[in-house]
Amino acid sequence: MSAAGHTPLLEVEDLRVYFETDDGLVKAVDGISYTVDRGQTLGIVGESGSGKSVSSLTVMGLTRARNARISGTVRFDGNELLGASDEDIRKIRGDDIAMIFQDPLSSLHPFYKVGGQIVEAVQAHRDVSKAQAYDRAVEMLGLVGIPEPRRAAESYPHEFSGGMRQRAMIAMALANDPRLLIADEPTTALDVTVQAQILELIERLQDEFDTAVVVITHDLGVVAEMADEIAVMYAGRIVEHADADTVFAAPEHPYTWGLLSSIPRLDAPRGEELVPIGGRPPSLINLPSGCHFHPRCPYVREAHRRVDPALEPVDGQADHQVACLLDSGTRKRLWGELQAGVAPEAARKDVIEEPEPTG
Amino acid sequence: MSEPLVQVRDLVKHFPIRQGLLQRQVGAVRAVDGVSFDVNQGETLGLVGESGCGKSTTARLILRLMDPTSGSVKFEGREIATAKGAELKEQRRNMQMIFQDPFSSLNPRKTVGSIIGEPYAIHNLKTGDGERKRAVQELMDTVGLNPEHYNRYPHEFSGGQRQRIGVARALALQPKLIVADEPVSALDVSIQAQVLNLLRDLQRERGITLIFIAHDLSVVRHMCDRVAVMYLGHIVELAESDDLYAHPRMPYTGALMSAVPVADPRLAAAKKRQVLAGDVPSPANPPQACPFHTRCWKAQEICRTETPALEPKEGGNIAACHFPLTDEEVLERIPSARNLTR
Repeated sequence: MSAAGHTPLLEVEDLRVYFETDDGLVKAVDGISYTVDRGQTLGIVGESGSGKSVSSLTVMGLTRARNARISGTVRFDGNELLGASDEDIRKIRGDDIAMIFQDPLSSLHPFYKVGGQIVEAVQAHRDVSKAQAYDRAVEMLGLVGIPEPRRAAESYPHEFSGGMRQRAMIAMALANDPRLLIADEPTTALDVTVQAQILELIERLQDEFDTAVVVITHDLGVVAEMADEIAVMYAGRIVEHADADTVFAAPEHPYTWGLLSSIPRLDAPRGEELVPIGGRPPSLINLPSGCHFHPRCPYVREAHRRVDPALEPVDGQADHQVACLLDSGTRKRLWGELQAGVAPEAARKDVIEEPEPTG
Repeated sequence: MSEPLVQVRDLVKHFPIRQGLLQRQVGAVRAVDGVSFDVNQGETLGLVGESGCGKSTTARLILRLMDPTSGSVKFEGREIATAKGAELKEQRRNMQMIFQDPFSSLNPRKTVGSIIGEPYAIHNLKTGDGERKRAVQELMDTVGLNPEHYNRYPHEFSGGQRQRIGVARALALQPKLIVADEPVSALDVSIQAQVLNLLRDLQRERGITLIFIAHDLSVVRHMCDRVAVMYLGHIVELAESDDLYAHPRMPYTGALMSAVPVADPRLAAAKKRQVLAGDVPSPANPPQACPFHTRCWKAQEICRTETPALEPKEGGNIAACHFPLTDEEVLERIPSARNLTR
């Protein structure tokens, strides 16, 4: 949350990305807003099809499909990016804003040596000689923990292991000291040990350069370790947004509860029951009426099938927002019961029996 | 205690590396390099480790989906590693596998009914009029699929439902042993829990013995009674699940657990993450003596010269290590273990 007179590094406001298809309008991203400050990490959590990747690709100016309908505002350091010319975007992308992807093989060119690819990324944005850019490439490869960086620069991507490729891609992304790093499932394909190396690396670089980071993942563990703030996405929208401690300790959206109770924990007593979310994510063409989560929500009431909840502050706390039609008192009680081991089906009755709010 | 269902002894699988015009063997990838363990009746045994540690190969050797280089696998006391023809087919009825990728493990041209009913066709069972269809629909009901979808094709199902199809197929012959190789890693978080609960319920109801392979240590802890940790083709630690997670003894196990991101910001902040440097060495040229010494922060001279025996350590874990972790070292690196110590 930005104080008056201070511009956040990245401001996304009411971003919508729709795709026109033969089957109908796909509402991949349906009006999301968030801000990220220098040195901060925002975690965007969601399942496949929640719109988390499309929204960040759009921020990077990479949603270029002809059938895409994009609206809203994306401001970087006060400058509007949506609708900016290709040339302007290209100046920023890879320089001020960098992105790392899940699959490093598809972002490194298989024909060129790793060092040469980083040189190209540096020279695209900096007026330096090839030799200087090459030194920078070697420096970056060393910085991300690749042994013998000078030799690695002369290698082809296929000669690297998965973890090394991921690190090489991060080296390339960070070669121009970006002010914003967007990491889309940066560690999903990696072993936990390599994942720990990569997370450690991103954190270290962030401390050093005050980089802002947006990390997009389905892994609640990864955001718990990295993020200052977390936005939970469902069916193209943010359904809950708060600082990381609040999301884990006092979440208010039944979908967030569902995510948290679906994952086994390393330290829970063995034999704990996982409480899965029933059903599956909706089709983005035929979104459910009312609250988009209602077909999977164990606490659904009649009104929820008609009324579409807005993302609103919880009890007047501006920094904890939730899009849920249950009143906050009920939500707090339900979360308490869920943690005490009451199954959602058992808790459901009392909620249904409560009188419907009027008006 | 009754006889273990599966007894694995000194199991070895080397894949030859051939080179040159004559395809002479110049070396071998030591995928599984002498592992021994038992799987008890009705238990869930977890196999964990990084990619390339040999966990999937071990499972495939137990099912005899590939032939071992040497060693023995006994299923109910009968040797599988060398069984042939009719005897092998008979044995295989008792063991089934669930695969990781629900998209490539189902034939897209076959209906769900014929996929689930295929084990009956192979073993020539349920041949009576409508008998097979009834049995398949019962299985579909058991795993939470709509039996009316008998004639649909795999592409009409979501990832989680496809994995249920795989489970139904594995259950068809009422096997004694099921090997599940990363059964949920391709699924969304909310769907994972559905499949895990299904597997656990089925196992409890039917007393099936389960070998559960996964890289996600929290999922393994949730599912398994005992866990074997593998590194470069060796079992480096084996313990009751509770013991393993409360006090891992092998520094490699400790590093794996420390690396797991904890879904709790406060615990995460308290953690001194143990980051392993570098990559797993090549299994074609593994380190001498203790295979982990090249990445181990506790390694000393003896680790480079003497192979540690897999033997009981403090707390009941069996580990192959000259310098096992102390409780203090564990708590520093894995704060979640604090909640488990009794």
